[in-house]
Amino acid sequence: MSVDGTDMNLNIDAIRKVFPILHQQVYGKPLVYLDNAATTQKPQPVIDALRHYYERNNANVHRGVHALSERATADYEGAREKLRALLNAASTREIVFTRGATEAINLVAASWGRTNIGAGDEILISEMEHHSDIVPWQMLCEQVGAKLIVAPINDAGELMFDTFEEKLSERTKLVGMVHLSNALGTINPVDKIIAKAHAVGAKVLLDGAQALAHLNVDVQALDCDFYVTSAHKMYGPTGIGILYAKEALLEAMPPYQGGGDMIAMVTFEKTQYNALPYKFEAGTPNIAGVIGFGAAVDWLCDTGIDAIAAHEQRLLAYATEKALNVEGLTIIGTAADKATVLSFTIDGVHPHDLGTILDREGVAIRAGHHCAMPVMQHFGVPATARASFAAYNTQAEINALFAALNKAQEMFA
Amino acid sequence: MFDLRDLYQQVIVDHSKSPRNFGQLDDCNHQADGYNPLCGDKLHIYLRINDENIIEDVSFEGEGCAISVASASLMTDALKGKSVSESQAIFEQFQHMATADLAEAPDEAVLGKLAVLAGVREFPSRIKCATLCWHTLQAAVKDSETPAKTE
Repeated sequence: MSVDGTDMNLNIDAIRKVFPILHQQVYGKPLVYLDNAATTQKPQPVIDALRHYYERNNANVHRGVHALSERATADYEGAREKLRALLNAASTREIVFTRGATEAINLVAASWGRTNIGAGDEILISEMEHHSDIVPWQMLCEQVGAKLIVAPINDAGELMFDTFEEKLSERTKLVGMVHLSNALGTINPVDKIIAKAHAVGAKVLLDGAQALAHLNVDVQALDCDFYVTSAHKMYGPTGIGILYAKEALLEAMPPYQGGGDMIAMVTFEKTQYNALPYKFEAGTPNIAGVIGFGAAVDWLCDTGIDAIAAHEQRLLAYATEKALNVEGLTIIGTAADKATVLSFTIDGVHPHDLGTILDREGVAIRAGHHCAMPVMQHFGVPATARASFAAYNTQAEINALFAALNKAQEMFA
Repeated sequence: MFDLRDLYQQVIVDHSKSPRNFGQLDDCNHQADGYNPLCGDKLHIYLRINDENIIEDVSFEGEGCAISVASASLMTDALKGKSVSESQAIFEQFQHMATADLAEAPDEAVLGKLAVLAGVREFPSRIKCATLCWHTLQAAVKDSETPAKTE
């Protein structure tokens, strides 16, 4: 990357211009936003799409006979096609809108899980899962008498693949695996995981909440059964996400929630459910959120996921090198294949104090367990500090992060 | 402009690095856990209260940020020799100080050294770090089975 922030693929100055929120000061310092794994900021086209919907097209979808409803429906379904294309799903019938990745996992656990998992069956997850890919399975196991099995990670924060393989058996009905770990940055070898799981007849759910802003995903090439994500971690609005599932699976699954929109015909004796994907979208959906999600996908694809990923890799390498030179700093998560996340602890300074001190320097990071308490338990720490990078971050911002870290260390010296 | 040093005063940094009354109290007759589920801070408070309801000794164990460790350390120092009802009055003053308007000076007559924690009110996300030990103390007095929480 050259000094002015441009490289062959990405013009970071131009990117920063379309994120209005970045251009502010906090506590008299320029905002340095490095909490992207918690949520990314939103580019102007996403904000505009939300505004445009509410200013021009607000109407309920799928049942209106008037112009506004037709426009809203067209934009809503247009977004579904954008998501289909992004994941290379076979059909828009395989894209179900949910409140986010968490709801999508709960949908699979409640609908597919209760139908297909019974007493004595096993669900295999990894030690690096987010709580959203642990708790729904624990709840399901309690309901049906199944067993939750955990594949361990090594001290670099990588899945121990041999042990994972040993834990797979004909009892395994589902493998739940994070694609890109929010706490460690580890990218899991999902193609190998899926192949091994399928070999014993297990289905695979990938938690892609962190992944889609950084990685290209082709669900057909992966032969993935379920893939979930949240818009707000990929430059879209909060409160909206998707469940991708193979059509045959969705076809056989009972509805998750009952209500309007998910029906074809209702009498008091019997209800006929709507076709896919509407069978799983009861009630008036988050229409604005879906349309904003579509705009985020457009922005991501127009900007270029590969170019963004390459930029973030350079930032991560730069930050990692600086971190290695800080005395008393320990990087948590040193997987060979990792992206966008620098999680760490500093001797003598608790992560929450770091978070507060950095905040007053204008630097926003996350301090805590990152909704992955078992990861913290593995590394024997109560919490870590985490800087996570996005398309609009710069080397200068990483310098600001390390200057602020230095200040924190001085304060506790 | 509010300065970070108003929160991380030398006294606080000092207590967080070398907490007083840290460790198990062998002859305690009351104890309880405190837990902050949002940030993972954990505390255990040991108390010895005599027949006259005087806190003869108090100690704590646990892990947490500088604010929560320093607050527990300062609290245990402040409570030794106080009656349970006096400790209640101090708790109420402390609670008030931690959430009061910035312009209001803390009541140093009641709070003494604890007044150094007044800076937390400028940091809303950190108030619960300072009050966790006090909620845990309340639970210990009552020998509560369920861990005290600040939420």
